[in-house]
Amino acid sequence: MSVTELRPRTPAETALVQLAEAAGTDEDARRAAIEALRREGLPHRRVEAWHYTDLRGLMGRRLGGDHLIEAVAAREFPQTETVLAPLVPGSTVVDLDAPERASAPDGVTIAATDALADWHESPNHLDRPVDTVRLVNAAFGARAATIAVADRAEVAAPIELRSGIGLQSHAAVKVDVGNGAKAVFIERVEGGGSPAPSSLVSHLAIGDGAEVLWVVDQAKDLDAAHLGQLNVSVGANATFKLFVLNAGGGLVRQEVHAVTAGEGSEIIMRGVNLLQKDQHVDVTTTLRHTHPNTTATETFRNVLMGGHGVFQGMIKVAREAQKTDAKMACNTLLLSEDGDFSAKPELEIFADDVQCGHGATAGEINGEHLFYLMSRGIPAPQAKALLVKAFVDEMVEELEIDEALGEALTAKIDAWLDASH
Amino acid sequence: MLEIKNLHARVTEEGTEILKGVDLTVKDGEVAAIMGPNGSGKSTLSYILAGRDDYEVTEGDILYNGESILEMDPAERAASGVFLAFQYPLEIPGVATMTFLKTAMNAQRKARGEAELMTPDFMRRVKAAAAELKIDAQMLKRPLNVGFSGGEKKRAEILQMALLEPKLCVMDETDSGLDIDALKIVADGVNALRSAERSFLVITHYQRLLDYIVPDTVHVLYKGRIIKSGTKDLALQLENEGYGQIIGEAA
Repeated sequence: MSVTELRPRTPAETALVQLAEAAGTDEDARRAAIEALRREGLPHRRVEAWHYTDLRGLMGRRLGGDHLIEAVAAREFPQTETVLAPLVPGSTVVDLDAPERASAPDGVTIAATDALADWHESPNHLDRPVDTVRLVNAAFGARAATIAVADRAEVAAPIELRSGIGLQSHAAVKVDVGNGAKAVFIERVEGGGSPAPSSLVSHLAIGDGAEVLWVVDQAKDLDAAHLGQLNVSVGANATFKLFVLNAGGGLVRQEVHAVTAGEGSEIIMRGVNLLQKDQHVDVTTTLRHTHPNTTATETFRNVLMGGHGVFQGMIKVAREAQKTDAKMACNTLLLSEDGDFSAKPELEIFADDVQCGHGATAGEINGEHLFYLMSRGIPAPQAKALLVKAFVDEMVEELEIDEALGEALTAKIDAWLDASH
Repeated sequence: MLEIKNLHARVTEEGTEILKGVDLTVKDGEVAAIMGPNGSGKSTLSYILAGRDDYEVTEGDILYNGESILEMDPAERAASGVFLAFQYPLEIPGVATMTFLKTAMNAQRKARGEAELMTPDFMRRVKAAAAELKIDAQMLKRPLNVGFSGGEKKRAEILQMALLEPKLCVMDETDSGLDIDALKIVADGVNALRSAERSFLVITHYQRLLDYIVPDTVHVLYKGRIIKSGTKDLALQLENEGYGQIIGEAA
């Protein structure tokens, strides 16, 4: 019999495990996840995938001290009934904690399952053998809702995915979009209040020739922590558009792992990260091109009034993925000396006939642009606001999405900019 | 309208002195041309009038309608009626041209204590001014100057000038990069704005522009100073003889 020496757990790790144990009914699958969480603990800066987001250290600052654990554990975990207005009028709202209650539109099936996220392997090769986000999700007992869109169904209104916005909120969803179908999904990640993280793990399989727009609308309270993960496979000649808006959250990790599942697939990813004082927001993406003739463009724009932002973008091109055309960019506007941003673009290319590129910039507002606007009589604060807005609004414009949704997203961005100036 | 007195200025960062005692007066309604060889300080003068902070005034003063504008920022100068038509108008991605025009017009009106323009009134003014300059509606739908040709950018500058109705128009090499047809359109736009209450400072390398925008006075700027002033005939003399003769006389 061999005994593996366990590293002593930090108070935060112990607290997290205790919170998981208190989170719901016991059954084997969840028990296994809790044991793995106890065994593996949280990743730290020596785990490459978490280098800029030392989860163990950061959670330590949130969960340190027994009194806090007791305080959190003593409170009930209400699955709140708070009514959140749909982002877009007419959306189908799916409560991921009670998916069967949703009224599914034509061509869409929505159901509840007992399945937990599979955490045994990470889609990010720089991570540990277990997947941290899924592990937390499973340990807290998030059951996957399933949503299926029939072949060639065109779902007119967006489907908004919403999980509990109370103290403990952990949800999972598995979405299958059939061949030639069209659909829009919006993850609404809101609420807050707990030092422990909420989590949402999504799996999206896009059929051949289908078109899917997926929006992650993260606007947690500033005292909340959130771990999100979206896993996508994009079928042949299918289009996947993604928009990520991080406009809140005290500690946030949003992962996107996309893989091509056929020739001619197209991936368009845009995102906006808006940060202020004391926030830590991390967007980590992996794009795996495994088939010939696929394209991807990925751009994230960040505005920092403070806080710490992270972008890690990996593009992997397999040997057989000839004619891949992939571009990635991360541009940051630092509007305060209190903010900092870490960007880590990575390319790993095994095919020889590809076009891949990446770029990262960080800086202040362009002085020449500012002078030009001011020379027309626009006062400095207004001119700066106009330039910052332009910088991020472009991300929404480039997606070329439905006007109502585009305006709703732009309005959210504007509200943040107005509040922070 | 404008009195520049013994103006000395340098590049803020490196300290190189560019203007070394410029004296110039422009009367109400006057069109004054500034000519000079490369590196004489023409563009610097235009930027300093508009209030760009890359330059530092070390001596002298700029009086606009009798009052110094040195302490005013670019937006304040613009609201008081100073306009600079850029030699190289900037492309600003993400800022819609119409949004920009409306923001600028209303910011100036607000600074002057006037009511903001309502959208229909604004649209009517833009359409009328754009038609004069042969600017089509598609161009106005694009982000500010993005993807505009050189000529389109210059016309867009004149459009802004027409809409903002400034009192002192500083035009920095507006003729550069324009073919003859575009030059005529731009000159017609400028001439339409000439009035007894509006003055122009037209900066150019070449006499050609002055065939279309006929100046009242011509001034030669060389090594940071005005070395000669005269009538429009001075521009013709420069065209025929080059700068050498006049520089020699001044030396």
